[in-house]
Amino acid sequence: MSTALITGGSRGIGAAVAKRLATDGFDVVLTYVSKPEAAAAVVEEIVAAGGKARALALDTGDSAAVTAFFAEHIKDADLHVLVNNAGITRDGLIVRMKDEDFAAVIRVNLIGAFACLREAAKIMMKRRAGRIINITSVVGQSGNAGQANYAAAKAGLIGLTKSAALELGPRNVTVNAVAPGFVETDMTAVLPDAVKASFADRIPLKRACAAGEIAAAVSYLASDDAAYVTGQVLGINGGMYM
Amino acid sequence: MSVAEKVKEIIVDQLGVDAAEVLPEAKFVDDLGADSLDLTELIMAMEEEFGVEISDEDAQTIQKVQDAISFIEKKKGE
Repeated sequence: MSTALITGGSRGIGAAVAKRLATDGFDVVLTYVSKPEAAAAVVEEIVAAGGKARALALDTGDSAAVTAFFAEHIKDADLHVLVNNAGITRDGLIVRMKDEDFAAVIRVNLIGAFACLREAAKIMMKRRAGRIINITSVVGQSGNAGQANYAAAKAGLIGLTKSAALELGPRNVTVNAVAPGFVETDMTAVLPDAVKASFADRIPLKRACAAGEIAAAVSYLASDDAAYVTGQVLGINGGMYM
Repeated sequence: MSVAEKVKEIIVDQLGVDAAEVLPEAKFVDDLGADSLDLTELIMAMEEEFGVEISDEDAQTIQKVQDAISFIEKKKGE
């Protein structure tokens, strides 16, 4: 069976995507940075359910590490799907935001995704088939106060997605983005209750998104049914941005 | 296998053309039907096979089969 690589797969959306793609029949490789136990637990759950998975450490913000990672672990793995999911936040208002906070988020969320996409593209072009799915965010489309760095990185991912779709289309490699709205994960759990409530107010469906609902969108884009879909941004946001 | 033979093999493999068409004076774009993506893949395949680096500037000069062979022979000779 072909391989699906999910960056940042130890928790949140990444973990949900890893489990879903394993259920879909892919051999899953998930990467983690800070939570090896969480990543091992995801692998255990997938294996217990009869799937195939392994977890490997990778800081996608380290471009040389990404190149070495692909050469060592992915090159011979029949890579069909890449899900660029790894991401960090360093929230703060612009007037208080340090260069390092802006750069760190760009480095992991945008340059890291680019490095993984580049290495995956080399493999997928040769295979004459592949699916690249970038996890962007509704804030990359709408902007968000306190998240200038994150929103800029996520908007950048959308431009990357469309450019890659143009370049790789002739090799039967599709590139799409999934733009989640407000999803209940560790990343959003730290937000104050007032902020969460104000999000819910702005969502026509009046609830947060479950990580599994993002995984379902990724599953679709990775499937044969989505063979003619490329360069798209699929919003899974309860109607909070249209 | 000589450099010339290996280069021709890579061209046949990458461009899906008949070995008989891969003549020294054959142009990748005009004669062998390559597009820019094909050319990029060809350059990358040669880099991998011969363990050399081919800059974008150098790649621009490789337009015929013989250009590729000469370039690799020169690189390997350095």
